[in-house]
Amino acid sequence: MKHLLTVFILGLMLVACGSAAEEEKDQAQTEKSEEKSVAKTVAQRAEGIAVGEQAPDFELKNVDGKTYSLADLKDAKGNTPKGYVVIFTCNTCPFAVASEQRIIDLHNAYAPKGYPVVAIQPNDPAIQPGDGFEAMQARAEEKAYPFVYLFDEGQEVYPVYGATRTPEVFLLDADRYVKYHGAIDDSVRDPENVEEKYLENAINALMKNETPHPPVTKAVGCGIKA
Amino acid sequence: MKTPLLFSILLLIGSCGISGGKPAESDPQSQPDTSYSINYPVADSLLSGIPVYSKFDDIAPLLAQDNDTTYVVNFWATWCKPCVAELPYFTELNEKYAAQPVRILLISLDFPAQLQSRLVPFVEERALKSLVAVLLDGKYNDWIDRVSPEWSGAIPATLIYKGARRHFMGEAVHSLQELEQGLNTIYQP
Repeated sequence: MKHLLTVFILGLMLVACGSAAEEEKDQAQTEKSEEKSVAKTVAQRAEGIAVGEQAPDFELKNVDGKTYSLADLKDAKGNTPKGYVVIFTCNTCPFAVASEQRIIDLHNAYAPKGYPVVAIQPNDPAIQPGDGFEAMQARAEEKAYPFVYLFDEGQEVYPVYGATRTPEVFLLDADRYVKYHGAIDDSVRDPENVEEKYLENAINALMKNETPHPPVTKAVGCGIKA
Repeated sequence: MKTPLLFSILLLIGSCGISGGKPAESDPQSQPDTSYSINYPVADSLLSGIPVYSKFDDIAPLLAQDNDTTYVVNFWATWCKPCVAELPYFTELNEKYAAQPVRILLISLDFPAQLQSRLVPFVEERALKSLVAVLLDGKYNDWIDRVSPEWSGAIPATLIYKGARRHFMGEAVHSLQELEQGLNTIYQP
């Protein structure tokens, strides 16, 4: 319990650290001038969907040429999913590449349990040519992606979700409420050094009707190119 | 497990709260000299003269100096295009402020396997050796908030600080002027 609490506090701090600390500073150190950009942090938070809010559905083109929405997706057994593992990722970011096998493994492990991966490529190919639709198709074929790999053409979906990096995860429940947001695990660059599998733990919590702890982590990766 | 977590919480409290004012006590290696030259802490290893640190704790004192030098700490990697694009402004800034109490630190987050093949040639080609160090710590979630709670996790990212005053820039700069504006929030010549 204590451990959970600790993790929870840590999670909260990741979210609230900036503004809370600034407020404290206001009270404790009135002599310090306050030209810092508190508002910027808040503004960044206000964009996109927070944990506990409902994520919108979308219609995006998959590498198979068909258009998909979350409502169309089935899990590995052909049933309506119990949740969606939405991952903004791409071909070109080295951290996304380093995470690729983990994303494939996650889908293979959890799609049969009702939680398929929904990969979305948000980069503008005009800026990041290696992330064009044909390059996506080639990569998906080469690696035999078992999940949909959708193209956020026009870069319209990722800003609504509030994604800023690849790879970045939004774990949704069956009704598209965000239950976890952030990183796949605690070692995006080096799969062999993973100690805490944030996303997997969060899915396991959902399967037990529990609230994921931590509900938010920072996703370290490449800024989305748009 | 409990202890490291508690430890990180303490550090988070330390780094995002009143922070900054804590000097890197009892670590003579991290004390700046008076010539304003770069003075990285003693590294675990050197790679063609570039200091390499395995843990964030090894370079943490660099982010908590309490003296009258302003530190411009940039996190980057050779594989990161916007990072590479803004690097010239940091070297220009370094030259322009060479005689002033301003230090530029370029901390590379390159992949461990690409240090010899990519980073070393890159640094030598651009004569960046005096500015660059490598941080291998891939447990980003444990330390990015210690640099700044504002840091989203994307690079480039730049922290400019003097003592307790900190200015964080979470995006690339596109000119020397833009970088100087950031610097000027903390330091005016």
